[in-house]
Amino acid sequence: MSQLQEVSVDQYRHLVSERALTGETMLLNMGPQHPSTHGVLRLLLELDGETVISCIPDVGFLHTGVEKNMEAKTYQKAEVMTDRLDYMNTMGNNLAYVMAVEKLVDLDVPVRAQALRVILSELQRIASHLVWLGTSGLDLAAMSMFLYCFREREQILDIFELVSGQRMMTTYIRPGGVWRDVPVEFEKAVRDFIKIFPRRIDEYETLLTNNPLFLDRMLGIGKLDAATALSHSVTGPMLRASGVNWDLRKARPYMGYEQYDFNVPVHTEGDTYARYLVRVQELRESLKIVEQALNKLPLGPVRSDNRKFVPPPRSEIGTSMEALIHHFKLWTEGFPAPKASIYSAVESPRGELGVFLEGDGGPKPYRVHMRTPSFDNLSPLSKMVKGHLVADLVAILASTDIVLGDIDR
Amino acid sequence: MDWTIWVEWLIKSLFVIFALLTGFAYLTLYERRALAKIQVRIGPNRAGWQGLLQPVADAVKLIFKEELTPAKADKLVFFWAPIITMVPSIVIAAVIPFGPTTTLFGRTIVFSVANINVGVLFLMAVASIAVYGIVLAGWSSNNKYAMLGGLRSSAQMISYELSLGLGFVTAILLGNSMNLHDIVDAQKGVWFAVVQPVGALIFMIVTLAEVNRAPFDMPEAEQELTAGYHSEYSGMKFALFFMAEYQKMIAISMIAATLFFGGYREFWFLKDTFLSVDQNWWLGPIYLLLKVVVLLFFMIWIRATWPRIRYDRLMSFGWKVLLPLSLAVVFISAVGVLLAQELNPGYIWLVPVVSIVVGLFATAMIDQALRRKSYAIR
Repeated sequence: MSQLQEVSVDQYRHLVSERALTGETMLLNMGPQHPSTHGVLRLLLELDGETVISCIPDVGFLHTGVEKNMEAKTYQKAEVMTDRLDYMNTMGNNLAYVMAVEKLVDLDVPVRAQALRVILSELQRIASHLVWLGTSGLDLAAMSMFLYCFREREQILDIFELVSGQRMMTTYIRPGGVWRDVPVEFEKAVRDFIKIFPRRIDEYETLLTNNPLFLDRMLGIGKLDAATALSHSVTGPMLRASGVNWDLRKARPYMGYEQYDFNVPVHTEGDTYARYLVRVQELRESLKIVEQALNKLPLGPVRSDNRKFVPPPRSEIGTSMEALIHHFKLWTEGFPAPKASIYSAVESPRGELGVFLEGDGGPKPYRVHMRTPSFDNLSPLSKMVKGHLVADLVAILASTDIVLGDIDR
Repeated sequence: MDWTIWVEWLIKSLFVIFALLTGFAYLTLYERRALAKIQVRIGPNRAGWQGLLQPVADAVKLIFKEELTPAKADKLVFFWAPIITMVPSIVIAAVIPFGPTTTLFGRTIVFSVANINVGVLFLMAVASIAVYGIVLAGWSSNNKYAMLGGLRSSAQMISYELSLGLGFVTAILLGNSMNLHDIVDAQKGVWFAVVQPVGALIFMIVTLAEVNRAPFDMPEAEQELTAGYHSEYSGMKFALFFMAEYQKMIAISMIAATLFFGGYREFWFLKDTFLSVDQNWWLGPIYLLLKVVVLLFFMIWIRATWPRIRYDRLMSFGWKVLLPLSLAVVFISAVGVLLAQELNPGYIWLVPVVSIVVGLFATAMIDQALRRKSYAIR
C-alpha cells in the first residue's frame, strides 16, 4: 500500500500564468481521450480565446514497463517486447534491438539477411509515413487521405504477413539474421508495390501539396529552428525539416546502407509544411532503396551458422545430436553475453532509435534502455505551439509524428 | 376564407415536412455511400437492399439511446437549444416554390406553403435564427470544447451573413422581385447562374459556411474540439442537431437552386417541349429534386476532398475577400440590369463577362497573398 499524499492546489500554481487564476484565460485539458492527440497524450493548455499561451504535455498514460520486463527475459525472448514499443515501426524496432545484441555478442550477419532487413525496414518506414500522412490529413479534416494511405499500408502489411506470418508484431528480424528465408511470392509482392506506389504518391500530392487550403494550414506554422531542435535532441524528419542534414543511414551506415543510392531530403523552413515535404519525399527515397535492394538481393543463407547464438534449422535437429543440444540450450537457457555495455542506433521513421544494452555475463540483459525518437521530438512542442491557435496545435502535433507507445515504453 | 384553403395548406405543409424529414434520412445514406465511393470503401449496404433501411436503423438507435444532461448544465437552455436549431431548418422551406402555379380541381394552386411577396427576406430572417441554437447549446453544456464551438459558430455566422445577403440581392436584382415564384419565372430562358456565375459561386461558398459544412465546419471540428457545440448531447437531442444540419443542407440547396439554377423550372434545352413544367406541372418537384441532389453531391464531394480552413482565416476570407467581391458583383449586376433596361437588352451579357474578369482578378490576388509560389515545391 502506498501512502496517500495530501496535494494542495498551490503545488501546481506555477504551471499556469497569473491570468488563469483570475479567470482571464481558459485552462483546457486536451486528452488523454482526444481524437487528435494520437494516442493517450494529455496536453494542459492555457488559452486566450483560441490562442495557445502555454502547453504542457503530460506523458505516461501508456507506460508498460517494457524496458524493465526485458531484463527478466533472455536476449532472444526479449525481442518480442520491442514490437510493442513503437507499433508503427515494428521491423525497425526489431532491427535496432537485434543490432545491439549482435554488437554485444559480436555476431556476423549474412549479406542476404542484411538486404532483407533493409528492404523490410524501408517498407516499414513507408508504412509508418503513410499512417502519419493519413492521420495528419485527417487532423486537418482531409478525411479521404486517411483511407487512401491505409489502402497502400495494407499492401505492406500483407508483405509482412507473407514473410513473418504477422501483420504488425512481426519479430521477423532475429539475432544473427532473420527468422527464415522469404517465400517465393515475396519478390512479386514487393515488385507490385514498387510499381503501383509512385503513382499513389502523386495522387496524395495532388490532393495536398499544392492545395491552397492545405498550404494555408501548414505554411509558417509551428516553426522550429535548427538550434532549438538540436538542443532538444530532435532527430529524424523533424530535424531534417529544420535544415540539419542528419540521417544515420548516411552518417553512420549500417546493414550495408552505404551501397544504396538515395538522397536525404532536407528543408530549411522548419515549419509543418517542411516536415510534410520531407516525409513525402522520404516515401520516394525509401522506395528507391527497396527497389535497389531487391534488384541485387544476393542468394545465400539468411542466418548466421554460429550455433552458439543462432538455433539450428529444423532439418538438422532430427539427425544431429549437437544440433539438438544447441537448440535445447538456446531455447531454455539462452546465450550468454559478455559483461559490457553498448549503444547502437538506427534511423527509425521518427528519428534516431537507439538501444542501450548492458550484459552481466549471463543470458539476460542487466539493463535495457531505449532512446526513442518520439519522446525527444515531443519535447519542443510547448515552444512550437506558443501563440498559435488550437487548430494549429493539432496540425503541429500531427507533424511531430509521435507514437505514444514509443514515448511511454 | 373558405375551409378548403385550410385543407390545401395542410396538404402542402405535410408534403414539405415529410419531404424534408425523409430527405434528411436518405441524405445521410446518400452522403455515406457517396463518401464511401470516393474513399474506395463500400459503405453501409447491409440493412435492406443497398442499405436503404440504414436510416431507419440509425433512427431507432438514436431514439433508444440514453440521454444525458451534464450536472452543471443550464437545464432549460440545454433542452431548448436543439429545438431552436431544428425548427428554422424546416420553417425555411415554407416559401420555396416547388412547382408552377396551376389549376387543379377548379382551384388555382400555388406550389409553396406560403407565397409571400418578400420571400427572400423571410429566408434571410429564418436562416439566421438557427445559429442561436448552436451558440446556446455550446454555452449551456458547461463544456469548454462546446463553448469554443458555439463561439466559433457565431463569429462565422457574422462573417458570412453579409455575403449571403448580397447573394440574395443579386438574385433580387436579376429577377426584379422579392417573390421567389417571380424569381423562378424570370429564369425561364436563362438561369441566373449563367448571367451571374461569380455571384452563384459566392453564394454556394457562403451556403457551405451557413450550414457548417466542410471545409467550414469549425463549430464541430471533431479533430480540434472533439464534437464542438454538441459534445455533451446524446440520444434524440443529438439527433435533432444532426437533423437540423442535414435539413439545412437540403433547404439551402433548394434555395440555391431556386435563386440561381432555375428552381423547379426545366433545363433550358427542354423549354417549350412536353417536358417543360408549363405543360406538365408535376415535373416541377422532380426537376427541383434533381438539382438539389446534384448540389448536395458537390457538398459531399468537397467534404471528402478538402482540409478544413482555419477559423481566423475563414473570417478574413469572409470579410476581406467575399464581402468586397460580392459587393462588386451586386454593383456589376445592377449596372448591367440598368443598361439592359435603358439601352439594349443585349447589354445584360456584360454582366457575366465583367464579373468573371473581376472574379479571376480576385482569385489572382488571393494567390498572390498566399505567396506560396516562392516556397520551393519539388
